[in-house]
Amino acid sequence: MSDLKEQILKIYPDAVFEEGECLQVNVAEKDWFAVAGSLKNELGFDVLSALVGMDWGESLGVMYYLTSTSRQWTVIAVKVMAESRDDAYIHSVSSLWKVANFQEREAYDMFGIKFIGHPDMRRFFLRNDWVGHPLRKDYDADPALNPIRMDDETNEDETRSFSLDADGKVVENPGKVFEENEYVVNIGPQHPSTHGVMRFRASLDGETVKKVDVVSGYIHRGIEKLTEKMTYPQILHFTDRMDYMSAHQNRHCLCMCIEKALGLEVPRRAQVIRTMMDELMRISSHLLSFGCTAMDLGATTAFFYGFREREMVLDIFEKTCGARMSMNYNVIGGVIADLHPDFQKDVKELIRIMPERLKEYHTVFSGNVIAKNRLVGVGHLSKEDAVNYAITGPSGRGSNWSCDCRKKHPYAVYNEVEFDEILLDGCDSYARYMVRMKEIEQSCRILEQLVDNIPEGDIRAQVPKIIKLPAGRWYQQVEASRGTFGVYIESTGDKNPYRVHFQSPCFNLVGVMDLTCSGYMIADLITIGAALDFVIPDIDR
Amino acid sequence: MGIDRIKSMPREEFKNNDYIDRLVEELNATGANVMVGKFDELINWGVANSLWPLCFGTSCCAIEFMSLGAARYDMARFGFEVARNSPRQADYIMVQGTIVHRMAPVVRRLYEQLAEPKYVIACGGCAVSGGPFKNSYCVVPGVDQILPVDVFIPGCPPRPEAMFYGLMQLQRKIKVQKFFGGVNRKEKIEEFFAEHPEEKGQIG
Ligand code: SF4
Repeated sequence: MSDLKEQILKIYPDAVFEEGECLQVNVAEKDWFAVAGSLKNELGFDVLSALVGMDWGESLGVMYYLTSTSRQWTVIAVKVMAESRDDAYIHSVSSLWKVANFQEREAYDMFGIKFIGHPDMRRFFLRNDWVGHPLRKDYDADPALNPIRMDDETNEDETRSFSLDADGKVVENPGKVFEENEYVVNIGPQHPSTHGVMRFRASLDGETVKKVDVVSGYIHRGIEKLTEKMTYPQILHFTDRMDYMSAHQNRHCLCMCIEKALGLEVPRRAQVIRTMMDELMRISSHLLSFGCTAMDLGATTAFFYGFREREMVLDIFEKTCGARMSMNYNVIGGVIADLHPDFQKDVKELIRIMPERLKEYHTVFSGNVIAKNRLVGVGHLSKEDAVNYAITGPSGRGSNWSCDCRKKHPYAVYNEVEFDEILLDGCDSYARYMVRMKEIEQSCRILEQLVDNIPEGDIRAQVPKIIKLPAGRWYQQVEASRGTFGVYIESTGDKNPYRVHFQSPCFNLVGVMDLTCSGYMIADLITIGAALDFVIPDIDR
Repeated sequence: MGIDRIKSMPREEFKNNDYIDRLVEELNATGANVMVGKFDELINWGVANSLWPLCFGTSCCAIEFMSLGAARYDMARFGFEVARNSPRQADYIMVQGTIVHRMAPVVRRLYEQLAEPKYVIACGGCAVSGGPFKNSYCVVPGVDQILPVDVFIPGCPPRPEAMFYGLMQLQRKIKVQKFFGGVNRKEKIEEFFAEHPEEKGQIG
């Protein structure tokens, strides 16, 4: 770490380091863009893992979490504070890390921080006639300001960018989303094949897509603001309802983040149970994804096949957790209930039938000529772009990027089990689809190793009645079904968090829709979306 | 396990196809090939058994609705399986999931595009009351704020069985409509209760 400190001091002598779980560098706003460039190009911090807008009272700012793939996935935190609270601005890094494009728009929407040099500063989640920026601490929540507006929203075709003039004043420059005579087709928000309420505006040249404008926020529930008024055990249930197909993993992540802050040791039995539940969830998610991809291509029968096996997983969940979905199973310090007596038997049965069922899927769908025509060579995403856009999970691994959090930052009992990280170099929709199918095999392999080795013992550690986190900030990542899911908690020592941010993998996935769809047919937009497999409530939160 | 304690609804209480039963009885008793019944009943029987939903799921509850369509729960048994993507072809809108401010005018528009007779089911805590996100700055606390709701199905998400129960409640509701007496509006149902006070409490 001291080595890294020296290197950072070399590129930025004014760096101020702060103690924390990982190295934190405080950078002055005026130097930020240059420092960011050196961090990326000279020190190899090529992944922007998280961008968290913050309201620190005296000023607004951003916490950046940067990962370096060349330094064994070392993570550093960078804190940048705007110079003043009114008219707060920070230089945009969206030209360095493309993933920052939407994330900065989110921070602008929620905090009103203007990003200098960002090409397209529109709101991201809220209606464009919304008053105020909800995540600011001084936000006026008066419903009279923002009633439920029943008038249709106007399309925002005008956009803006901000720059600094000679005296350091922020000036607004108008821009356009689409050119005057472009042919724009609207898809969504209520469209059966966008996998939820996502809206795309695609400009076409004949049948070829030229540009996709993502309009999000049709299921933005304001979870991050809600958490600020709740205690830690109360916020757990939100994670099950964001990416409901990664409910266990997401909740696992939030619990781990809180446990890390508390310095809590989780009993081994709970660790093993959590790992098994995560893998079962992954199987169920990939089966759903299989079914939906098939259905989007018109192969309705394959959907029934996928759901047939998914019901088996849901039965396992139901017996132990008491619910088929939204299980609410992980709690701070362990899990809420012990395993059902049938658990081992049911898991073994699942592992037994899965290989033969997968073969069946491949016969009915993967090898099918229509499926291949629609998926192979469609939606190209190079490895460089995957890194730059921080596309993790099966979609990143379909572009041959080794990014599995279970391997890079092992947690629970993942360092004790054997499994392969599936990498394919197709860089297309088919590769993404195939990674998922092969990951089901690997998940079964992990389950097989654990099912007979669940140790006896407590399922939960002793936790204090009232949970107060010490002052500080923590960032925790896990491998959810769709990629790396991160939780950021900042605490002031109270029983409510000061700020919670969920860094969802799907948020990044939707960020490449423009890149992967451009140049392909309009009909391919659906299959590209299906193969990226985003879950909308996870994007919008 | 708790499952054993859940009681199913006795057939007598669930007056589902009582007039069909009556007609069948009549047929069997007389052996005639002529049935006498109200045209209203025939139409309601048809409508109630081929309810086509509009695909409208915004979040988690929609995934449970997909399970309804798959083989285990198989909603085709009740005539619900033809999920339509266009409101113009659907009979009812089943709101599955949270409705946020940005979505509200869109839901309203979809509802207006449904052809009469049309119905609304609020499925899941979010659609019923805003659910876990009730206090949020941009969540509509229950779709009944913007749409007239016929049936509420609580749960987070409701089990598929609960969804079926809700859908069957809608069927029962449809069966007391008077198709020729001005279509299925709430006032009509109230009128019906005034005429048939004995039915009150039986029908949700
Ligand atoms: S009621 Fe629960 S399961 Fe349904 S959409 Fe709301 S949060 Fe999701």
